[in-house]
Amino acid sequence: MSGTRTTDRTGVAPRTGGPGIGESVPRPDGVPKVTGSFAFSSDLWHDRMLWGGTLRSPHPSARIVSVDIGAAVTITGVHAVLLHDDVPGSKAYGLEHSDQQVLAGEVVRHEGEPVAIVAADHPETVRRALDAIVVEYEVVDPLTDPAAAETAPPIHPDGNLIRRIHLRHGDQQVVGEVQVEGTYEVGMQDQAFLGPESGMAIPVEGGGVDLYIATQWLHADRDQVAACLGLRPERVRLTLAGVGGAFGAREDLSMHVHLCMLAMHTGRPVKMVYSREESFHGHVHRHPARMWYRHHADRDGTLVRVEASLLLDGGAYASSSSAVIANATCFAAGPYRVPSADIEGVVVRTNNPPCGAMRGFGAVQTCFAHEAQMDLLAGALGMDPVELRLRNVLATGDRLVTGQAITGTAPGAEVIRTCVDHPSAASIAEDPMALPGGAGRTADPAHVVRGEALAVGFKNLMFSEGFDDYSSAACRLADGVATITCACAEVGQGFVTLVQQIAHEVLGVQEVVLEPASTETIGSAGSTSASRQTWMSGGAVQKACEEVRVRLLARVADEHGVELDGLVLVDGLVASLTGDLRVDLVSATSDPIHAEVEFRHAPTFPLDEDGQGDAHVSFAFSAHRAIVDVDVGLGLVKVVELTTSQDVGRVLNPVQVVGQLEGGAAQGVGLAVMEEVQLSDGRIRNASFTDYLVPTALDMPPVEIAALIEQPEPGAPFGAKGVGEPPSITSTAAVAAAIRAATGLALPRVPVRPSDIVFGGGAA
Amino acid sequence: MTIATSLEDACCALASHPDALVLAGGTDLMVAVNRGDLPVHHVVAIGRVPELRGWRREGDHVRLGAALTYTDLLQPDLAVLQPALAQAARSVGSPQIRNTGTLGGNVATGSPAGDTIPVLAALDAVLELRSASGTREMRLDEFVTGVKRTALEGGELIEAIRVPVLDGPQEFCKVGTRNAMVISVVSLALVVDRSGRTVRVGLGSVAASPLRATEAEAYIGGHLDWDGGRPPSAEVVDRFTELVVGATSPIDDHRGSARYRRHAVGVLAGRALARAVGAA
Ligand SMILES: Cc1cc2nc3c(=O)[nH]c(=O)nc-3n(C[C@H](O)[C@H](O)[C@H](O)COP(=O)(O)OP(=O)(O)OC[C@H]3O[C@@H](n4cnc5c(N)ncnc54)[C@H](O)[C@@H]3O)c2cc1C
Repeated sequence: MSGTRTTDRTGVAPRTGGPGIGESVPRPDGVPKVTGSFAFSSDLWHDRMLWGGTLRSPHPSARIVSVDIGAAVTITGVHAVLLHDDVPGSKAYGLEHSDQQVLAGEVVRHEGEPVAIVAADHPETVRRALDAIVVEYEVVDPLTDPAAAETAPPIHPDGNLIRRIHLRHGDQQVVGEVQVEGTYEVGMQDQAFLGPESGMAIPVEGGGVDLYIATQWLHADRDQVAACLGLRPERVRLTLAGVGGAFGAREDLSMHVHLCMLAMHTGRPVKMVYSREESFHGHVHRHPARMWYRHHADRDGTLVRVEASLLLDGGAYASSSSAVIANATCFAAGPYRVPSADIEGVVVRTNNPPCGAMRGFGAVQTCFAHEAQMDLLAGALGMDPVELRLRNVLATGDRLVTGQAITGTAPGAEVIRTCVDHPSAASIAEDPMALPGGAGRTADPAHVVRGEALAVGFKNLMFSEGFDDYSSAACRLADGVATITCACAEVGQGFVTLVQQIAHEVLGVQEVVLEPASTETIGSAGSTSASRQTWMSGGAVQKACEEVRVRLLARVADEHGVELDGLVLVDGLVASLTGDLRVDLVSATSDPIHAEVEFRHAPTFPLDEDGQGDAHVSFAFSAHRAIVDVDVGLGLVKVVELTTSQDVGRVLNPVQVVGQLEGGAAQGVGLAVMEEVQLSDGRIRNASFTDYLVPTALDMPPVEIAALIEQPEPGAPFGAKGVGEPPSITSTAAVAAAIRAATGLALPRVPVRPSDIVFGGGAA
Repeated sequence: MTIATSLEDACCALASHPDALVLAGGTDLMVAVNRGDLPVHHVVAIGRVPELRGWRREGDHVRLGAALTYTDLLQPDLAVLQPALAQAARSVGSPQIRNTGTLGGNVATGSPAGDTIPVLAALDAVLELRSASGTREMRLDEFVTGVKRTALEGGELIEAIRVPVLDGPQEFCKVGTRNAMVISVVSLALVVDRSGRTVRVGLGSVAASPLRATEAEAYIGGHLDWDGGRPPSAEVVDRFTELVVGATSPIDDHRGSARYRRHAVGVLAGRALARAVGAA
């Protein structure tokens, strides 16, 4: 089964309205979220709880001379004030390197770094206690220019270079007849999830702790928290609290250790909720990037060689920077056949806010650059930019610049063709509300120019470079009800719906119960990131259900003395193909059947010293066509329409796929025209939703879904690829290119600011 | 906390708690309180004071109660009398903010980016201030004395704002880096008074306090064809926008550079004038 679903703009119509795979089964948490009854982590409550709070460094770089908590601890209602020395176990944590301080000791390395934590009887008491702590800092000039980081004195014992990859592929001497060169820049984007960090820790008698927290990976959190608390991992139990969005920002620890320290110190449950401003300091952001490129091609448009030098600012701590730079480097040349490449990817440490995971993970930055280069090259060749892309786009069997051959599906040409062939519904607006400037009434139609452009991109799915990537799931079938246990973090992607669909598909059950995600009941599900959970935890659930199915059929065959081969599971019945045996599921499972499994994807391998190796499992392609209106006089932009095609393997739930495509595109539009954490001297100037702008309904156009390309991916459950990240990769590049097409400006930087259009600036 | 149900109530409560905070819609106040910028001792809520919630026409003026919301300002029978104010109200925030935020709150906050401020400045609005000890009147430019600084005294509130009903087109435009729900980078109100033969221009986010482009106003007033209705020449428009730009003293901040603000205010001036009186 293979094909392309061409759809109307609402996506794919459900097949039958049933509960199985391929249906738009509604989310069980959908109505509660919309009506306000869903319990997010900020709604956690305990009658005996205290409130926690965090004192943060006002300086991007300073030595801590002294901390005086004398006044704070004497305030009535204050139960604990804890510092660096109070951290019971490891003083540092981190996803890839344990380099980030739980609480600052001798130095602070970024604005907002936690210095002290407080527990008190009321949020107001917490605030007063935090105000009463006196920290004497000796301010140090911050290192804020990533280009200077490698030569500057180290700001951390681990040094200022987090990772350098020098990828060399193919013949290094070749030169193209036509060359184009450019330098590009991407600003720092925030994940801007709606539910700020929050959680609650409850001490357990005998020395352990229960932590309820909104996160993307319970087990990785647990191991880091336990190490910092000096406890064995099983003494720390994490349960997923309602997650209000993640997008990468909940991969690193935030308040986790702080909450547990306060709870264990006071013997009371402790709750913490970050304010919006604090949240901007409390999680990592997307890496800002500076990227130099030179593309070489033959006169006929065949790519010959790509040279690139990528510099990502990792901020003060390593977080997932090593993996982000690997992605940026591996996918730097885009979804094209490039026989020769020299790509240097560097990520460094500075005193800017730490950067780490965000939807698209390194591929967003390079897609913006390589697609600008492809348009530049098309111009230099006098060639249609779509033709240029089609001539070079990757297909199954082609090699990446890492030397890896693509063995799975790679419908790059299909996403391009279906996207550009899709008719546009965009008309020219008269209503000023629909013109650039919107509610500000600044434009009349005469001031507006229109531009249109295409961008193509791709990205790896799941963890790479030899990581042992797996998920665990259990299925228990009892009295006809399937109970699934999996620690997969539901962060909005819809795993809770897929679990039901998968169990129904495999077991024919009507009722599926999903146990709360917890470290207590099952092994790791891995991270809800890298577009991996549908494949990995979906795969684990499928495998567990299949094992139960096999055992169930064996039991019925055994009990009724019939051939196993002749039995099927349909509509809540175990039946023989001959029709003479019909056993209902409820009675067949009065004695429960249980299976617990681990599911792994095909192994990957590290990159060698030339950045070569089979480092990735699978790839997903996408294309966006953007149509924009630009008010050149004021530099204001209205994105009029976005059309997309995406390589999805197989659609498991149409509504959820469309939701990912629309939401990802909105984040991409945001990065293209407005979303930026603005820094000056290492300080965030816009740590609020007043000034960190995300698209509103007037900024986000309809997303036309030209095609969901369904070519089932070998090895993936039901052939489905992850769909979460591609929409945010190509949308930014497409919108920026459309603004270029409208204005004729180079615009080498996103977000494109009004002044970049008016003054033709934005030079990287 | 006092929830006042009459003007009398509100003034009494304010008199007995001179350090009280006046709470109208709370869309500015609560942001400051939550940020920890404003110590709260006592609050006098005025949102349920009927005298502050209405408006009426008084001869050639309209008297607007200070607690009118943006949604109130958008009602057609009022919007037709005060079109620029309605346009500004529509540009504010989201529906939730427009249903809650008030005209008096916008003025009393005294932010250079307050969207009604340039309109009220262009209209030469007069504020009626009231306290337990009496009433006084003040022009808007006397009232807002700096960035978020006003001449409001302890125990006093804004009761009403009086604006003239003018014969002529009005335009309000606002530049922001998002198409809605955005704080202005630059804003401009241009109102034409045909009977007085004046064009008045109020500017937002380009100076510390409410700003009129008086030279530009005088220039364009003298160069319009008031009787024939011919649109001004390109040279006249250029000179006008130049004078508008010259009136400003913008700053660089995270929302925009001074250079961009100067440029944008000139563009807005030209466009607003063209909409109001046509372009050659
Ligand atoms: C999400 C959001 C979006 C916003 N968007 C915009 C926008 O686009 N444009 C814009 O201009 N503003 C905007 N604002 C700011 C705010 O909504 C407006 O300034 C609004 O007019 C404030 O009115 P309020 O009734 O809420 O005032 P409050 O918050 O109740 O009061 C503000 C201040 O005025 C004082 N005050 C209020 N009424 C009186 C009175 N009658 N007499 C004396 N003092 C008084 C209060 O004591 C306080 O100091 C926005 C705010 C938010 C939260």
